[in-house]
Amino acid sequence: MKSFLMFVRKEFYHIFRDPRTLLILFGMPVALVTLFGFALTNEIKNADVAVLDFDKGQHAQQVQHRLFSSGYFGLRDYATSYPDVAAAFRQGHVKLAVVFPVGFSRDLDHLGHAQVQLVADASDQNTAVSLVNYATAIIKTYEQEHTKRPAGAGPRVEAVARLYFNPGLKAAYTFVPGTMALILLLVSAMLTSITIAREKETGTMEVLLVSPMRQLPIIIGKILPYFLLSFINGLIILALGVWVLDIPQRGSLALLLAETLLYILVALTLGVLISTRAASQQTAMLTSMLSLLLPTLILSGFLFPLESMPLPLQTVSRIIPARYYIVILKGIMIKGLGLRELWRETAVLAGMAGGLLLLALGSLKNRLA
Amino acid sequence: MTNPPNNAAAGRASAAGPVITCQQLTKRFGDFVAVNGISFEVAAGEIFGFLGANGAGKTTAMRMLCGLLGPTEGAATVAGCDVFREPERIKQHIGYMSQKFSLYEDLTVRENIRFYGGVYGLKTAAIREKTTALLQRLGLAAERDTLVGSLPLGWKQKLAFSVALLHEPAVIFLDEPTGGVDPITRRQFWDLIYEAAARGVTIFITTHYMDEAEYCDRVSIMVDGRIDALDTPAGLKRQFGVASMDEVFLHLARGAKNVE
Repeated sequence: MKSFLMFVRKEFYHIFRDPRTLLILFGMPVALVTLFGFALTNEIKNADVAVLDFDKGQHAQQVQHRLFSSGYFGLRDYATSYPDVAAAFRQGHVKLAVVFPVGFSRDLDHLGHAQVQLVADASDQNTAVSLVNYATAIIKTYEQEHTKRPAGAGPRVEAVARLYFNPGLKAAYTFVPGTMALILLLVSAMLTSITIAREKETGTMEVLLVSPMRQLPIIIGKILPYFLLSFINGLIILALGVWVLDIPQRGSLALLLAETLLYILVALTLGVLISTRAASQQTAMLTSMLSLLLPTLILSGFLFPLESMPLPLQTVSRIIPARYYIVILKGIMIKGLGLRELWRETAVLAGMAGGLLLLALGSLKNRLA
Repeated sequence: MTNPPNNAAAGRASAAGPVITCQQLTKRFGDFVAVNGISFEVAAGEIFGFLGANGAGKTTAMRMLCGLLGPTEGAATVAGCDVFREPERIKQHIGYMSQKFSLYEDLTVRENIRFYGGVYGLKTAAIREKTTALLQRLGLAAERDTLVGSLPLGWKQKLAFSVALLHEPAVIFLDEPTGGVDPITRRQFWDLIYEAAARGVTIFITTHYMDEAEYCDRVSIMVDGRIDALDTPAGLKRQFGVASMDEVFLHLARGAKNVE
């Protein structure tokens, strides 16, 4: 037991004396979460809009007021003619133009309906579609409030959408769980695999194996510090998500933390498995990056929806641990689910942890000696 | 070459006869016979040179004696422990040092000593006492809080050797310990080896430097998994009718089939 404690203490020396490790451990998560949370967002905030108002009536004013107070749009240009609008688009000043034709207010008052033209820059088609949809929704609402529809004007079907769990369509709801899954996996797996590979490289592993210390305590001694530090890492990301990026935490905190520990365990055993096959730190690092980063980014459902993938890729995605952890994170935090709904994903992760641990230990016995 | 046993490890070993015994020790990997029925004995306090070209089977033999690798056939004991049945017990009684020095460069001198002391289960008080004595002996007292990475090579080597002896093992296995070190540092390192042997520690050393082979009490030369010669350096030279260990080695190694 004493030798084990000595070992753990030594690991902490290694970690705290290596600025690179500390940077990966704590710098990377904060940078990535902030980046994903703020910069790489696909929601619309204060999109630049040009207005071409031929009407100048009360309703045109009101609609503009609604648009610009929604938070989605910001007035950039007051155009006076169509060429102005075209020029603004060409220069890339604006993403959307709203054109009120002559007689817009009068038509709305007297005929009960009127037309507005929306012009969008579709060179970025996702943004264009979102902008048009948002603007249409706002204008529709205004129209319904201000026209008294005559009774019996014919049957109408109206689709009323309600967006469950994330009514504001905040991108952070996707990015924070995704980033958390990615970071915890990368940091845990990469750092453990590097630290074991380093002992092989410097020859200290040989000495440890010749010493009375058994292999299991060596491996646990390697894993334990990173287990603790990765957990702190997870807490930092969660705190950033909840307090800075406004992700709700609707489910049980204890369950959330327990699932996070389980996921970290999976990541750490992956790291050990990689390290038993890697002779140098470089190999360990590259293998971790290649075998974990890309598959996790692409096949975890983080960036691309799994449902629209071809069947072979969907099948491969089943062995990606992050896939299950993301479902669990979203389930607990955003939907407020409990173990009753998430036991399947939890069981898969637990199975992975157990299987990988056995595999890693077996591989270690054969390869280290 | 026997010395009065003046520490616990040596006392235990010499009371039980030879510290290392091998009878027809063999290791096969599939069809390949890496070590082919080697037999020898090493006495307490002896400096035993274990020579051979790369690929001759030295490393495999050494791993079996260190309890890292199970032998296929034969019998062997190290410090009274059976290589087949008690490989883990052997580890308590041996020290090990390789060319790579095996110290942690990002730990200080004192932290390295404390770590290895802890790994071998020494008590905290004992570690403290031994650390002070060790630093005094090596003249490293002023450097105790220096990171090992910033020490000169010769010091690292001496420190690694002393750390490997911290738990007072009966045998120390030195795997090409002087590779890449200048002749003066090497000579100083051999002074440490002699000191340890004089205290009764058995030294089992592999080397590619034939001048070092001359420093050993007895030398064995492995060729293709067998021990082709085993005697004192003077005896070997006489046996092959040559003037230097270099010639003895070349004479034997030229006949080898398994050369890397």
